[in-house]
Amino acid sequence: MSAIAMRVALVGNPNCGKTALFNQLTGGRQKVANYAGVTVERKEGRFVAPSGRTLHILDLPGAYSFDATSPDEAITRDVCHGRYPGEAAPDLIVCVADATNLRLHLRFVLEVRRLGRPVVLALNMMDAARRRGIVIDVEGLSRRLGVPVVETIAVKRGGAKALMERIDASVPEVAPAPIDEADVEQLHAEVRSILADTVKLPRDTVALDDALDRWALHPVFGLAILATLMFFIFQAVFSWAQPVMDGIEAGIAALGNWVTGFLPADSALHSLLNDGVFAGLGAVLVFLPQILILFLFILVLEESGYLPRAAFLLDKMMFRVGLTGRAFIPLLSSFACAIPGIMATRSIQDPRDRLTTILVAPLMTCSARLPVYTLLIAAFIPDHAVWGVFNLQGIVLFALYFAGIFSALAVAFVIKRMRKDKSEHALIMELPSYRLPNVRDIGLGLWERALIFLKRVGGIILALTVLLWFLSSFPGPPPGATQPAIDYSIAGRLGRMLEYVFSPIGFNWQICVALVPGLAAREVAVAALGTVYAMSGSDDAVASQLGPVIAHQWSLATALSLLAWYVFAPQCMSTLAVIRRETNSWRNVAVAAGYLFGLAYLASLATYQIARALT
Amino acid sequence: MRLSDAPKGAQAVVQSVTDAHPSDPIAQRLRDLGFVAGEPVRLVARGPLGGDPLLIQIGSTRFALRKTEAARVEVFVGGAA
Repeated sequence: MSAIAMRVALVGNPNCGKTALFNQLTGGRQKVANYAGVTVERKEGRFVAPSGRTLHILDLPGAYSFDATSPDEAITRDVCHGRYPGEAAPDLIVCVADATNLRLHLRFVLEVRRLGRPVVLALNMMDAARRRGIVIDVEGLSRRLGVPVVETIAVKRGGAKALMERIDASVPEVAPAPIDEADVEQLHAEVRSILADTVKLPRDTVALDDALDRWALHPVFGLAILATLMFFIFQAVFSWAQPVMDGIEAGIAALGNWVTGFLPADSALHSLLNDGVFAGLGAVLVFLPQILILFLFILVLEESGYLPRAAFLLDKMMFRVGLTGRAFIPLLSSFACAIPGIMATRSIQDPRDRLTTILVAPLMTCSARLPVYTLLIAAFIPDHAVWGVFNLQGIVLFALYFAGIFSALAVAFVIKRMRKDKSEHALIMELPSYRLPNVRDIGLGLWERALIFLKRVGGIILALTVLLWFLSSFPGPPPGATQPAIDYSIAGRLGRMLEYVFSPIGFNWQICVALVPGLAAREVAVAALGTVYAMSGSDDAVASQLGPVIAHQWSLATALSLLAWYVFAPQCMSTLAVIRRETNSWRNVAVAAGYLFGLAYLASLATYQIARALT
Repeated sequence: MRLSDAPKGAQAVVQSVTDAHPSDPIAQRLRDLGFVAGEPVRLVARGPLGGDPLLIQIGSTRFALRKTEAARVEVFVGGAA
């Protein structure tokens, strides 16, 4: 028994269940889903085996071959060859293969075996294989491969027990696997020969998959199903969330009243808690139900295996504008919030396609724009019926959503034309078997999502809200001041300065002030406008009173210009921060912020000048 | 014929994979995925817009391939080359 922990690497084809096994072995909670490329980084965990030995487990991104075609496959290749910087080659490689798909996966097993390191083969998804009547001669397979073979069911509790015992007990005896040199044709021939000897396969495909795909991928019905599904998700996000959101809003207002009730009404502390903490955080916290509902759908879709089908249907359209079908998943999540959307671009393996997707994701209308849109539309757009069936306010809202989608496609197209690298990048995307989502996994996924969101609210958003309150409260007005207090504060002065820049697009100084805290999060702008117009009360009260005030004070051209601004402007520092984290480059942040602010200014300028000429 | 021109639903057998240019990574990847001589493949479905991409069944696996990718694969369909 060595004092140095043994290093075990999990490798295998994409979507064979490596991360689920990793979670089983280490008790970890890495994200698993039913599409290729969920894991894009190397993840490390450890567990203490029953023998008392500590084992380091590495979860590596899925790879079809050591002849890597994407950055995540290169990580797997380098770790396995012992060429990964700062990392010794693994002492044992656990090669994971999907038992229902050995025709494809065994070839990579043979490639791994050629490394000449100790290898254990884990036949995963044995439950699914048995259901499909696939019979595997495990002994025979082990003999033919010359490596130990164990059966696992990574999605079942205890399904990795045999693997754990194998790693623990027999590792010192696992001899380096035999090395052979073979070209790709010979490898495939060997796979065929091994399969013929050891595996009985009743039929190549699952009948249910074939039946579902006949509908899901049908040129007409497939698109209709996708459209209906998307419409249903949007409806659910907006309508199911409403009662819960009202409840949260009322709860925060009540808590705020109760807490501030103990403080003198005109004290600074009262104002800080009431206008800053409760109004500010409440405005953001209220989006938790929407985010969770959207993530519920996304997690279920991810687990089911449907998302790669949606990517299949839309690939052609997205390819024409310089994206890829794989961008569908991240762009869909960006309708809730660009932050999870940008994180989801990790499933796009091609770095060029991924960067384009990250750059256009902020153009998808995220839920934080809704309060701004709703406020302005209600104040300025008449509640007219159009052609008897449509409502003018509703049409304007849809137009704003479509403006976002259309500009994302247009921007992607421009990026495509501008880039120098015109080389062909492959789609080659595996469509997995459909799977019934696991309730426990979905529950855990939602819980983690909620925690992340609450940490954000309690951290960065709280800090910015308090900062904003200080900026608009200090310095206080001099004695005998005739103007409202905010005119003398730092925020007020800043607004006056910004007005020089923004008056050509019709923004007055009050809007300019609101844009500054609105940089932290778009919805903050509504509350900030309320403060600027010297009002107090909860966010809701501000929004409902603010409408008539701005309807009276602003021109229609100003309102339309502000709507156009919000379609484009990156009024969200968290989005820029996540672009920095995901691309590891300040340059990309500058490019995104620059082009989005530029487009926002131009769109607002055009809107304002045209609207003013017409009215 | 090319796999991209194969009729929908027809059983075909891979003849070869051609490099579109020297050391073509896409052709290499197709070979790694099992597109090698003698392997049976089937064009299961075509995408809704312009029949692109294609859904190809090989062994127990289904891959979405763009037409340009599938055009690298030469197949026999029902004896015809």
